[in-house]
This record gives sequence, structure tokens and C-alpha cells, in this order.
Amino acid sequence: MRILISLLDGLLIGFVYGLSAMGLSLIWGVMKVINLSHGAVMALGMFFSYAAISRFHPGLALPAVAVFGMLLGLLIYGVAVHRVISAPHLSSLLATFAVNMIIIGVGTAVFSTSPRNIDYSAGTMVLGDIRLPGTRLLAAGASILVTAVLYYFLYRTRSGKAIRAVANNRMAAGLMGISPTRSLALSFSIGTGLAALAGGLVATMFPFTILSGSTYEVKSFVICVLGGLGNPLGALLGGLILGGIEGVVPTFMPVSWVPVLEFGLFILVLVLRPGGLLGEK
Amino acid sequence: MNVIARSRVHLGVKGDAASNRHAGREFFSEIFLAMAAMSMWAGAASGAEPRTVVIGFSASQTGNLNVEGIRQINGVSLWVDDVNAAGGIPLADGTKVKVAAKFYDDESNKSRVQELYTRLISGDKADFLISPYSSGLTDAAAVIAEQKNKIMITAGAASDSTYKKGFTLVYQTYTPASRYLTGAVDLLMKSDPGARKLAIVNEKDKFSADVVAELKKYAEAKGFQIVMFEGYDTGTADFAPFINKIPADTDAIMGGGHFSDTSTFARQLYEKGSRAKMVALLVAPPEPRFAELGEAATGVVGSSQWEPAARYSKENAKGVEWYGPGVADFEAGYQAKFHEEPSYHSAGGYAAGLLLEKAIRNCGSTDTEKVKAALDAIDIMTFYGRLSFVVAPASHGLQKGHEMIYIQWQRDAGGSLVKQLVWPEDTATAGVIPMPKR
Amino acid sequence: MKRWYQAGFWLPVAIMLAWGAAVWAGGEDAAREKAFTLIMFVGLASSLNILLGYTGYVSFGHIVFFGLGGYMGFYLMAVCAWSLPLAALAGGVVSALIAGLLGLAVLRLRGAYFALATIGVNEAARSFVSNFEPFGGSTGMSLNFSVYQQYGGAGKALWLTFALMVAVTASAVLVSAMIKNSRFGLGLLAIREDEDAAMVMGVRTPRAKTIAYMASAFFPGVIGTLYFFKNGNVEPGDAFQLHMSIELLVMVMLGGQGTVLGPLLGAVTYQGMRGYMLTSPLFKDLHLAVAGAVLLLIVLFVPAGLVGWLRGYFPKLRRALE
Repeated sequence: MRILISLLDGLLIGFVYGLSAMGLSLIWGVMKVINLSHGAVMALGMFFSYAAISRFHPGLALPAVAVFGMLLGLLIYGVAVHRVISAPHLSSLLATFAVNMIIIGVGTAVFSTSPRNIDYSAGTMVLGDIRLPGTRLLAAGASILVTAVLYYFLYRTRSGKAIRAVANNRMAAGLMGISPTRSLALSFSIGTGLAALAGGLVATMFPFTILSGSTYEVKSFVICVLGGLGNPLGALLGGLILGGIEGVVPTFMPVSWVPVLEFGLFILVLVLRPGGLLGEK
Repeated sequence: MNVIARSRVHLGVKGDAASNRHAGREFFSEIFLAMAAMSMWAGAASGAEPRTVVIGFSASQTGNLNVEGIRQINGVSLWVDDVNAAGGIPLADGTKVKVAAKFYDDESNKSRVQELYTRLISGDKADFLISPYSSGLTDAAAVIAEQKNKIMITAGAASDSTYKKGFTLVYQTYTPASRYLTGAVDLLMKSDPGARKLAIVNEKDKFSADVVAELKKYAEAKGFQIVMFEGYDTGTADFAPFINKIPADTDAIMGGGHFSDTSTFARQLYEKGSRAKMVALLVAPPEPRFAELGEAATGVVGSSQWEPAARYSKENAKGVEWYGPGVADFEAGYQAKFHEEPSYHSAGGYAAGLLLEKAIRNCGSTDTEKVKAALDAIDIMTFYGRLSFVVAPASHGLQKGHEMIYIQWQRDAGGSLVKQLVWPEDTATAGVIPMPKR
Repeated sequence: MKRWYQAGFWLPVAIMLAWGAAVWAGGEDAAREKAFTLIMFVGLASSLNILLGYTGYVSFGHIVFFGLGGYMGFYLMAVCAWSLPLAALAGGVVSALIAGLLGLAVLRLRGAYFALATIGVNEAARSFVSNFEPFGGSTGMSLNFSVYQQYGGAGKALWLTFALMVAVTASAVLVSAMIKNSRFGLGLLAIREDEDAAMVMGVRTPRAKTIAYMASAFFPGVIGTLYFFKNGNVEPGDAFQLHMSIELLVMVMLGGQGTVLGPLLGAVTYQGMRGYMLTSPLFKDLHLAVAGAVLLLIVLFVPAGLVGWLRGYFPKLRRALE
């Protein structure tokens, strides 16, 4: 019974992990850029949702967080990424990392490192002996919803198809009349929007500071590798796997060994099956 | 008056519009000259320029220990103000020395600590030092303090291990980690004699590890069964895996780490509907901000180095020499300056300064050797509690006289959350209540 | 290719030795502390440059060798009572061996995958050490103050550590220069430009990469031991800071990757900037943001770093700026 509770706890969180990793995965898949400011954007999403939820209903606040993330993404793309999009990988890695440092630096100055808590309670769902915090259920639900919307966007809308085309072959897409810059900027902003939203959801569950994003960023890397870089559905799956591991493993091992396991698995997958468990897309 | 008039002539103050640009600068020069003249005049009257003793330290203004760190800085600066307001500390030769505090932010990070302390000693000419907030950082700073023969009073830094490393100039203000939660076991035995099962969860850092190591030994010696004994990494935010591991029939949960993780742990215990009858945690419960948790805070017990409701006074000092302001005076002064209630970190910072002050006063000098001898011998009662040190080389500097106070958050008649002192019994303000049903 | 007797080869090493000698002669503690931190970072950046600048493999987790080697060296001193120079050397050797083993797995990866793997390795190492009781688990290990008596007291011990740090960094810079001017180095540069072409042209890439990886791991191991000895204790949180690792990257890029002088200039500039900002009330809170902005500007507009820029501006100095 305890294992079941732990597994459920882990899976619920896993959905949110997956959501955050999806943003990273999408950006990688479309433009081969690893967005090292991912964690910082998540942290900003946490702060934005903290400010928004205290004033508006979550149903309104959370989409606002996502929009905020998208606008931020456009800014980051324009300033830092656009120039180095075709340069060797190191340049884009460092450029996004520089953005990360700037955001964290300014964030520390503005918000200090005192932890904040969102005082939002969605009650607890009780199923016999199983008690599931309402915030986790909501977060998982939101993640599933957003994934569905993302898929609809990528496969059924024009802009979405344009993005997939650019991901496939940038030059050819350009020749066919699709503006690569527009699609790249759009996909980058969707990626950051997902990150910010994931951050916003996390903020409803745990306390956070401007530095909290980095834990999730590292987890997102692990998830992307597990699920295959560039494959959003794989990211969700990877998130569930990670969440499940985090939930179940502690029941028979000291909790602090979990990161060792996680990273061991990470390296193993990288070495044996770099395409991820579901393969790249 | 003459001085000021003379300076005006010197500066050739003109009244017309053309020199308005320089007016500001001239104004300040005037004032400066006037003040210099007046202080020289005043100095001539009193006999000598008052010397200033510099107290140097690094503090955690940012980083994950900043809540505690800032409170400590506040305590020290209040002490500085109080000493200077009284004219300074009198020395044997009849002069008085003022104090000044100089500090840098160490970002709760060890890599700069040694450089900062060296700078404080060599560059800022610090005469005495106060430690950084955490035990790990204090160990690194102590190496520099010993090397440069400067006394360092530690505030924060409660881990016993620091004082077992062979330092001779390091003195502890806080009750050491080994005595942090042992009283909670006594409290539990008193309030719930049938309790047998104890779960211990701690942050994996020096301080918390020391606390729970002693706690475990003490509890087992008293007949308790430790059903869980595990540590979590610093910075953990998700305690669900832990809470899921705690057996449902556990009587009490004890432990924790620092403010941020401990309050999160308390909140998640509440969210998960923990049924333990006592929850005793480190560091966070005594902080006034803990009340922000609302329902999750009700019933939580915490151990504190000091509380505003503490009953230490000259009257019940039981023969020990009393020194320094009373509890109410300290509180009033702190409230007036910082507009918040003081926590034990603030009191600890103040007490560290008080120790130096008393030692300097006792030996009448600011010389390191003499002050060290004075500190070795000191045994006083203050608003903060009793203070005296172990002098045996194996644990030199360990705090001997000070005891922990245990508090519990309870709802008062009006329904708001207040801290009640629940242990030791003779100074308690209320009886301990079991955790509310969840 | 430089001849070994030309200016560009010796300049960086000479600078290191002169700097160390000047601080030593001055005898001032504050200057020593400041120099120690700077020189440490020069050494770390130079070692990263061997992997990043010459071989083109981006490592985000390079600090793991600082941590593992440092832990090993510290263990030998604290538990087995080894002396500092020997323990430091051992720390470096252990680091290099671990790199060799690790390389078998991760050097097969390319580009971004390798970068991510290095992060994973660093985090795994930290979590592991944090749970590993012989190394003190999460509370780490510490030295009793009396250990410093072996070296004539804490003051002398700190100066000795400083001298050793200068020696290690000077060696790192020397090795870096030697690699760059050797055939082996040429092979590494070829790998950086196009690994497949290099393979085709006969460069034994797996072997070359492994040697470079091991060389880049040796120096941080020694440096780590020296650093923890000076601090008197080591904890997992200090030994595997991902943040520090990334700062090394910034230093190499800032100074100019793939050059010998680059890491030196980059480390000094970055640390100097940071040290100034930390104690100035105006910039204290913003030092990270400023550093980030500087990095961004470098990456976007001056990718060859300071050295590259200087070489462009002063063509006559190219001989010396290597």
C-alpha cells in the first residue's frame, strides 16, 4: 500500500517534470540548441505565478504564466540566440548560459534568496488510506492538458507544421516559403512558455527561490535524454519514469541515494542508447 | 561660533549666483571643518581620541542561510549601537573604547570565507572576530583566526565538531548541537509516557547531523525505538518520499535542518495528514515567520537558543553574576531599530558582542592574550541565558552554561497562533498540547 | 607552431612564476589570499582548456575532478596522515585514472551529449560522495588544527600551500603550451575541427582524446587537495559545485579558448571583476548578472575571447600572444 501511495505521488509530480522537459526537448529538436536558461525561466515562472495567484484565480493565473514565459522566450531568442543559431554548438550553449546568469543575477538582487510559498490549497483527495494533495492533482491535470494542446498545435495547425518543417530541414523549409526565423522564434518561445508554466505549477506545491530552477533544469536534461531529445511525448514519458523512480525507490533505499541512481541511469542511457528510450524525432 | 566664521572666510564664501555651482561643495566643506574643529576642541577637553575596536565577520546575507544570517547581523549591530551609546567599553587605563562592526557577505558559500577573514584582519584591521553563520564556514574561518592570533566568538555554528579541532581562540555562544533536541525527548516522556516510537529525519549537514546523532543516543538510552533515521540533501523541497516512509504508528517525529527545509517539511507533514502526537523540529519553529504556515504550524515544538518570553533575570540568576540588558530592554531596543520581533539568531548575535564586551571589561585591555584569559574564566547570566566555556583542550571553547528553551505553537484564546514556552517546566508559560487531529 | 624557445611559449609560464615570486617576497597575507584564489582558477581554467580549447569537447562538469581528486588527497592526509605534497600528487593521479575510466564511456559521445553527460557525472559524483561513509558522508572530513604544526604552524602551512599552488598552475600552463606545440596537440586540434576527418587522416582519436581527458583531470585533482587542505575541511557541497564548473568555462571563453594565455587572462579578469563586485556595495548583488552580460557579449561579438581580440588589434604581438 505504501508503495502505491509513493508511486502515485511520484507519477503526479512526474507529469510536471515532463511538462518542463518538453520545453527543453522542443527547442532542441527544432533548432539543436540546448537552452541553459531553462531553469532560470522556470524560476521566473514561479515568481510570476506567486504574484498572479495571490491576485487572480489559478484558472486565469496559470495561462498568464505561460504567456509570460512565451514573451520572455521571444526576448531571449532575439537577444541571445538568433545570432548564434547557425554557429557551433558551444556558442549557443554559452549564449543561453549567459542569459541564465543574467536572469539569476538580477533575480537575486531583486527578490533576494528568501524562500517564498504560495499559500494556495486545493484540499486533499482522500481515497481510503491514500491521501493525495489537491495541488499535485491539479498540476498533473494541467500538464496533460497542455501536452494535448501542444500536440494539436504541432500536428493540426499551419504554424505547427511550419515548425516541424523547419526542424526537419531548415533550408528546404525556407525555400518552400516558410520563414525560418519566425518558426524558430515561435518554437523557442513555446519552449520557454512550457518551462515557465511548469515552474508556475511547481510553485503551487513547494517553496521556491530564484535558484530553485536549477534542480529542475538538471532533471529536465535527464528526462530529455531518457525520452529522446526532440521528442515531446518522450519527454512526458521520461518525466513519468523519473517521477516514478523518485517516488518508489525511497521506500527501499535511503532517499539520498536516489540522485545517484538517477544520474547513473542518465549516463547509462547516454552511453548505450543516446537516442533515448523512444528515439529522437 | 568663531570657528565657523573663520572657516567661512577661509573658503571665501560668496553670496552671488555665479558661485552657486560650488555652493554645495563649500557647504559640506564648511560643515566638515566645523565638525573637525569642534571634535578637536571636545577631544582636548576629554583628554584623548576614543579608539575604536573593530569587530569583523562575514555574514550570510544571501544564499540559503540568509534568513538566519540577517537576524544575526541585526543582533550584532544593535549591540554595537548600545555600547557606543553608553560611551564605549572602559579599559584599565581609564579610557573608553568604542566598537565598530565590519562585515562582508559570504553568500553562505565557503570558497570566499578565508579570503574575507584575511581581508578583515589585514585590511580592515579587525581586532576581534565573529564567526560566519554555519559550522562549515566557521571551520574555514577559524583556521585564519588561529593563524593570525585573533579571538573569534562564534554565533550560529553550533556543531560540536568545530570545538574538537584543536582551536584555542574560538568561543561558542550557542548551546552546542549535541544538546539541541534532547530536551524534546524529556518533554515527550513527561507529556506522553506511553510513547515508544520515534522517527528522526535530518538535513545532511554538519549541524543537523550532530544534533540527531546525539538525539538518537539519548532517546535510545531512555528506551525509545527509533523507527526511522534518515537524512535528506540540503535544498530538498519535496518531502513526500520521506513522509511516506514514516510508519503510521510513529509517536513522534523529530529533527529537521535549517529554516527553509524544516518549514517545508512541517507544511508537508500537515498536507499529508501525519498522525504523530509530537513533532519537534530544528531552527524553524522558533522563528516568528513560522506562523505563516497557519494550521500546519499548530502544535509544532521547536527548540530555541532564546525566546522573547524568556525569564532570565538578575533575580533568578541563582548566584551567577548578571551582565547586560534585561530581556525586555533587549526586545524593546530591537523592535525600535528593526521593526520586527527578535529571534534567537538576533539574540545570539547580541550575546556574542556582550561576551567580548564583558571580557574586555574584566581584563581591562583589548590585548588578545588577556581577553582570552578573561573568556576562559567567564561565567555570567545574561538576558540570553547563562554563558561559560569548556577550557579543556579537547573541546576548548564549547559552550557550557547555556541551555535550550522549548517552544510550541498554540492557539490562544483569540484563535491566533502564539509561541508558548513549554520546557523546562519551571519557566514554562503553558503546558504542552498534543498535535491536533488531522 | 612555436619553437620552444620563442616568446609565446614561455610568456605565460614566466608570468605565473613571477607573480608567485612577487607575492612570496611581499610576505603579505591579504595579497597571498587573493593571489591564491586567482592562481587556483588559472590552473583550473588551463586544465579545462586542454579538453575544451584544444580538443573541442565542451565539459560542463569539469569541477568533478577537482572534487574527486581533492577528496582523495584529503582522505590521505586526514586518515592516512600523508604529507601535503605527496597527497596532492596522489589526488591528481587518482583524478587522472578516474578520467581514463570515465572516458571509456563518455568520450564516445559528441557535442551536446557529451556536455550533458559531464553534468550527469558531476551530479552523480556529488550524490555518491554525500552518501559514502569513508569520505565522511554528507558532513565531509576535517583536519585537526594540530596537523598544521607538521609544517611549522598554520602560517607556514598556508604559505607552503600557496607555493605549491603556484607550482601546479605553472606546470599546467607549461603542459598546455607543450601540448599546443606538439604533434599530439596538432592531432587534438584536428579532432576539434572535424573529428571524422581527423580519424580518416590517421589520428588515433580514441587514444588522443583519452590522454587529453586524463591530462585535463590531473591538475584539478592536485589543486583540489591543496584548496581543501588550506580550508581545513571538505564537504560534498563545496567539492562539486556545478556553478564553479561553469565559471571555469566562462573564464576560458573570456580569455580565448584554445590559447595558452587565454585561460590566464580569462581567469584573472573574471575573478578580478567578481572580487571587486562582491565587496562593492553597488555591484554586490549584480555580479552574476554582469558576468553573464560579459559572457553574452563575448559569445555574440568576440568569440575568440580576449586573446583573439588582442591578436587582431596588435598584429605585431602575435608572436608573444599564444
